[in-house]
Amino acid sequence: MKDFEYFSASSLQEACSLISQYKDVGKVLAGGQSLITLLRQKLISPTCLIDIKGLKELDYIEFDKKSGLRIGALTTHRAIEKSPLIQEKYDVLSEMEKSVASVQTRNWGTIGGNLCSADPIGDPAPSLIVLGAKIKLVSAKGERVVALEDFFTDYFTTIIEPDEILAEIQLPPPAPNTAVEYMKFATIEAGIKIVSTSVAVTVEAGSDVCKDAKIVMSAVAPVPLITKKAAEMLKGKKLTDDVIEEAAKMAASETDPTTDVHASAEYRKEIVKVLVKRATKKAFEKAKKA
Amino acid sequence: MDSSKKTINVKVNGESYEVSIKPKMTLLQLLRNELGLTGTKQACMDNSCGACTVIVNKMAVKACSVLAMQVNGKEVTTVEGLASKDGKLSILQEAFLEHSAFQCGFCSPGKLMSSTAMLEELENPTEEDIRRDMEGNLCRCTGYVQYLEAIKSVVQKRKEGKI
Repeated sequence: MKDFEYFSASSLQEACSLISQYKDVGKVLAGGQSLITLLRQKLISPTCLIDIKGLKELDYIEFDKKSGLRIGALTTHRAIEKSPLIQEKYDVLSEMEKSVASVQTRNWGTIGGNLCSADPIGDPAPSLIVLGAKIKLVSAKGERVVALEDFFTDYFTTIIEPDEILAEIQLPPPAPNTAVEYMKFATIEAGIKIVSTSVAVTVEAGSDVCKDAKIVMSAVAPVPLITKKAAEMLKGKKLTDDVIEEAAKMAASETDPTTDVHASAEYRKEIVKVLVKRATKKAFEKAKKA
Repeated sequence: MDSSKKTINVKVNGESYEVSIKPKMTLLQLLRNELGLTGTKQACMDNSCGACTVIVNKMAVKACSVLAMQVNGKEVTTVEGLASKDGKLSILQEAFLEHSAFQCGFCSPGKLMSSTAMLEELENPTEEDIRRDMEGNLCRCTGYVQYLEAIKSVVQKRKEGKI
């Protein structure tokens, strides 16, 4: 690892001012669960790190019936997993977090750091996108709120400006008659995911017709992939096994996976079919009861 | 003093230390190279294997992937801190011995730290809880069953009110 200058910010304001000063040579450090490995492997070598991990002001989980959920970017994965509030209102997030890396990583790693590292195999982004997440980016010049689905642009790349810090994740209140399901396939629980998917299904109140659907996947494209055509095939229909099967096939055709040491591209597409089918079916059954 | 160094204060196994370090030093390097606590093992160095697991403020973390600067003002427990000062092993350490939960032993300190943190957090973990919370600790001798049995035996003793 190369040497770097180190600053521990004592407030978000100070962090913003530091990053605006060092934006060309610096990186923001949160839990470092991806960053430290990248530094060690010399994949990146910033000459300055601005440590924000200690900022209590970005460590919170708050819910309001009207405005929904707000998660501070420095909330750890473990805090989200264990939050009674999230287990009650957004149980899919808690379920998803249980399989993010290992307990040790979840204890120290933060949700904001995870999103900013923009690893296409990351689990949180698809689940958050399905739930309609927005993120707040702040800098010394001001702040902006963007949809999380517009945040990622390529492998490990986002729209974040060098002087911006991700401060908050915002979710709308849980939608009525809607259920969200997360499913993953990995050879070991805590291991690298071959594919994971999050599916939201909304039914017409009191009927079993699908009113709205969203399917988002990780590890099958350079960014979290929203399979729009597949979701479109579900809308306005009673979700029979045949309808779900066709949509799952469409979802697989929308993916663009790569072959790596964990799985071939072809295999990933097969797994997509299985996971989308299972997750959609389960979400549909739950939505009818919601 | 080297001007690029920073001073941190950290409590390790109950002892307070003030050390001057380069910011790029990881917690693992601090423990092993600066404080001589080599019970914490260095293996994969990419946040995968869990051999370097230690407890920071009651949470298990992988010391290879935490900067030492980030434990400034915090309390760290390593495998050396599990036994009492007079050398009496912890209940978990005893259970690991009883169940022969070691083969080569390299992953054992990490496993002890993860399971110690889990048993602090959960009064009666189920088998599923145990398996899930121990996922971050790999054993390349594949000696998984014995240490699961060891942890379960401690939970059982708790249930029976023996400890």
